[in-house]
Amino acid sequence: MSQIQHAVPDGPIRYTQICTRSSSCSSPQTSSSAAAAGTEPPSCPGHRGRTPRRKWQVFPGRNRFYCDGRVMMARQTGVFYLTLVLIILTSGLFFAFDCPYLASNLSPAIPAVGAVLFIFVMGMLLRASFSDPGVLPRATPDEAADLERQIDSTGCSKPPPRTREVLINGQTVKLKYCFTCKIFRPPRASHCSLCDNCVERFDHHCPWVGNCVGRRNYRFFYFFILSLSFLTIFIFAFVITHVVLTSMFDSFTALRTILEVVVCFFSVWSIVGLSGFHTYLISSNQTTNEDIKGTWSRKEGKDNYNPYSYGNVLTNCCTALCGPLPPSLIDRRGLIQADTPQTAPQSNGTGGGGSYAPTQLHSHMVGGYHPGRLQHGGGTSCQLCCFHAAKISVCTVW
Amino acid sequence: MQRTASLVTKVFIQRDYSEGTVCRFQTKFPAELDNRVERALLEQTVKTLNSCYVEAEKVGGQSYLEGCLACATAYIVFLCMETRYEKVLKKISGYIQEQNEKIYAPRGLLLTDPIERGMRVVSFIQLLLHSLRTTNTSV
Repeated sequence: MSQIQHAVPDGPIRYTQICTRSSSCSSPQTSSSAAAAGTEPPSCPGHRGRTPRRKWQVFPGRNRFYCDGRVMMARQTGVFYLTLVLIILTSGLFFAFDCPYLASNLSPAIPAVGAVLFIFVMGMLLRASFSDPGVLPRATPDEAADLERQIDSTGCSKPPPRTREVLINGQTVKLKYCFTCKIFRPPRASHCSLCDNCVERFDHHCPWVGNCVGRRNYRFFYFFILSLSFLTIFIFAFVITHVVLTSMFDSFTALRTILEVVVCFFSVWSIVGLSGFHTYLISSNQTTNEDIKGTWSRKEGKDNYNPYSYGNVLTNCCTALCGPLPPSLIDRRGLIQADTPQTAPQSNGTGGGGSYAPTQLHSHMVGGYHPGRLQHGGGTSCQLCCFHAAKISVCTVW
Repeated sequence: MQRTASLVTKVFIQRDYSEGTVCRFQTKFPAELDNRVERALLEQTVKTLNSCYVEAEKVGGQSYLEGCLACATAYIVFLCMETRYEKVLKKISGYIQEQNEKIYAPRGLLLTDPIERGMRVVSFIQLLLHSLRTTNTSV
């Protein structure tokens, strides 16, 4: 029996997928073909009919993806389209019918400021709606099994505890086990029942935006409602000004004005109120979820305080709005690769030690995680990818 | 002909939430790796990873500047440049690769990048290779 040695093979290291269906399959293939096989049962080498699937196509949550995985939204998007229609219609009427008069009689800066506000509102809305809110990927079967083992080892005859307690800044926080995602949720994470995902720093699920609001898109959501408040007040004020100055009340003008005023009036009360509420949440570093549940509210006889707050309103605001933006953890556009370990007998033609040396790794493409622009194209060398191929235990590495 | 069987098991190091939601992994040495790798080496690796993540998530002058610039350009600037977090993640990938080459691969272990596990765990893959000789072919 050979032991693990530090042998260096002569040629480049190749990875052989063993076909468990047919005994005639023996030709070597690179792991890129293994990636192409995706989640299907192991196919014979040489079978390259299927195009590689992307991870968003097999995403387990209840989300919708567009533009080949670049855009991610919740399943119900009807209210989001209503939001779009309301904003575009009201702003459109304002720019088309009120702005010409205001630009010529008051100042051309009015439509300019309005346009900037409108573009900012739309940009923030689309960014909040289309980005990944901070979804936590579900545990792999190995991780889930490892966690189950750990949980079972702590319990006795009763059902084992599915919570863990952690001390954060002197405050005891309970981490709950998510049965759907098979993970212990990090602090401040919560499982969205509509999207069926665990989301980091879960704030709430917003139907107006058509997405969850979480760690990665909270600042876009906040800037959206803040800029929408300004836009609404802006349009409301200048529509009233226009009506007062012209004193013209033909039927079309009346209808249009009433529509704009009604939309803006209700929006002002709701959106401005919401902006104020979220400003309070940001300054105290709380999420809507925590505020509604009263997690950090002062309870009688208990020293309850928010352990995440920096103690300073300015620092809390800056951290929430200008802090670093973490990348998406779910790698929607990555290619699916087989990741399940198997045991299988392998034949070795050249002989050699039972180890692999990374010094002569063969270059090829395997779909691992590569954030954003670092996505590898075909044929780009990536030594790290070669390690992923080695995870598949059917590889012979000589 | 020499036949070999390989068995892969995985060892996971979980997240340490004692300092809040900052990305940090436990430095507790897993018992399964007791006779595979030296304690000090593994602790050093995890500590370096932790310090890299702290650097990525640090809220300071540079991150404020990046955030304000991004907000002023309606986040379009991120189409042209990498965020600081992404730069640090690249550095971490390089570090993990280097650690695998120098330390873990010779010991039959493979350290996976936590970003591929949703930042939940640092996982070690143990390759246990058994060679079963059916002939007297010398290696």
